[in-house]
Amino acid sequence: MKPEVKELPLEPMELQMGPSHPATHGTIKLNLKLEGEKVLDCDTEVGYLHRGFDKMSEQATWTQVIPYTDRLNYVSPLINNVGYALAVEKLLGVETPPRCQFIRVIMSEISRLTDHLTCLGMAASELGAITVGFYMIEARELLMRIIEEVTGARLTITYVRIGGVKHDLPPGFAEKVADAFRKARQILADCDRLLSRNRIFIDRMCGVGVVSQKTAIDYGLTGPILRSTGVNYDVRKANPYLIYDQMDFTVPLGTKGDNYDRFVCRFEEIGQSMRIVEQALEKLPMGPVSLDDPRVVLPEKEKVYNSIEGLMHHFKIIMEGIQVPPGEVYFPVEGGNGELGFYLVSQGGGRPYRVRVRPPCFIAMGAFHEMIKGYMLADIVPTFGMINMIGGECDR
Amino acid sequence: MADESPRLQYLKETFGPKILDAHALHGDETVVIRPEALMEIVRRLKEDLRLDFDFLADITAVDYLEKKQPRFEVVYHLLSLRSHRRLRVKVPVAEGEPEVDSLTPLWKGANWLEREVWDMFGIRFRGHPDLRRILLYEEFRGYPLRKDYPVNQRQPLVPERPLAGTFVDARSDTKLLQLKQKLEPKR
Repeated sequence: MKPEVKELPLEPMELQMGPSHPATHGTIKLNLKLEGEKVLDCDTEVGYLHRGFDKMSEQATWTQVIPYTDRLNYVSPLINNVGYALAVEKLLGVETPPRCQFIRVIMSEISRLTDHLTCLGMAASELGAITVGFYMIEARELLMRIIEEVTGARLTITYVRIGGVKHDLPPGFAEKVADAFRKARQILADCDRLLSRNRIFIDRMCGVGVVSQKTAIDYGLTGPILRSTGVNYDVRKANPYLIYDQMDFTVPLGTKGDNYDRFVCRFEEIGQSMRIVEQALEKLPMGPVSLDDPRVVLPEKEKVYNSIEGLMHHFKIIMEGIQVPPGEVYFPVEGGNGELGFYLVSQGGGRPYRVRVRPPCFIAMGAFHEMIKGYMLADIVPTFGMINMIGGECDR
Repeated sequence: MADESPRLQYLKETFGPKILDAHALHGDETVVIRPEALMEIVRRLKEDLRLDFDFLADITAVDYLEKKQPRFEVVYHLLSLRSHRRLRVKVPVAEGEPEVDSLTPLWKGANWLEREVWDMFGIRFRGHPDLRRILLYEEFRGYPLRKDYPVNQRQPLVPERPLAGTFVDARSDTKLLQLKQKLEPKR
């Protein structure tokens, strides 16, 4: 008897990856169309972590929105805080004192470090380099301790206030940062040796997930993904806010726009962020950390408890909110993943009329099918890792 | 406003009555344009080298229920990657069947951003290739970011289980119920 030969079906196979998949750190569903192992098309479904940030913000006072912004990009919450506060301050037409601006820059850059370390560490460990993953988490832990010491929390920090920051830096802060950076630099040098010339890592990353400069602009990509294609666009340089124009740092650029370039861009940015923090700490001026403006900033506790004016002032700001004049602003800052923009509309009064966030990784996920089309199924993991999709920010 | 930037002047001269308003409040240059002229003006903004707004940063909408006529405003944020200037383009859209032209022929990135506006505000985009809900699920009714959508309205995809017998219930509702039953026979 002749053995019966069965042909494999030729039509493309449809595969649903996610919403909960061990190799994608984030709840997302990819509806893939495969031919063998080759990805023909990908339909990305997001929204699993949608909590209605915009709608919630409309119910809260201007100050009460700050804790919600912590939960946007929760690996770099300080940048969200700063971006939102700056947008409200632009609407109010006030500018914070110099020391506050320096503190905001220092804390933003430390947050950017934790963001990049999380992204790179996770991406490396998903490719099997789990040692690097742990090393980077260790480096992040050093920085997290600093953040914890300043803000009192690790993740949901709510450190920035409209018109200032919660309180000044703790004593001995500069030495602790120097110590943490020294240790972190050693760890990063180890990671660099483990990854940058590692054959397996390079094979998985080089020439994978390529986007051209034109496509990147077409899709509105920003941050390390745009810069890996060679476009020199960083909000800190393009529209300098706070004191970034006084800082000496460079913007690392890639050439090919593949995953390896994105990796190198982020890795180099870690070094640049450390440089910014060190410069800012050197120049850090003395002075108040909050604005001296009773319309915006809460009175000191001593006044609240001991004088009727202070108590009334406190009550007014807490219950009615900061009175923001009608108008609208768009304020972009450079987040961990790209341009993080806050578009605020005020109709006057203590509550925002509309709060919109331009989420960089939502827009990057919109171009994901373009990055992965024509590559192998296994290439999804590093490409997705390098986007650094954060559910809180993507789905809001 | 008296001190207008040369770009706003140039735009006003070029498009005349198609531009309803132009101002630079808080330093953000803004033009409000007629919805019919959206495609024409934005194409010009992108391709005219004197304007050179080659990057679409964001699309969103605002619902001005009973505050402004027409009710909706679709807001575009454009950026020039060479000069790093920004421009906000606002398009008023009337209630009823709100619809504007899709910018997907100009920027592919408009696809997801417009889907989100459709999802949240129910504003249709003419010529959009794939106008589906994006953050919410297909079965969702209504558009949550409209001002007349109640904040506390729940729309669970799977019906929520009744509380009877659960931990929460045991602590609060059942006790009340038991108390009522105890009291009732006495009446």
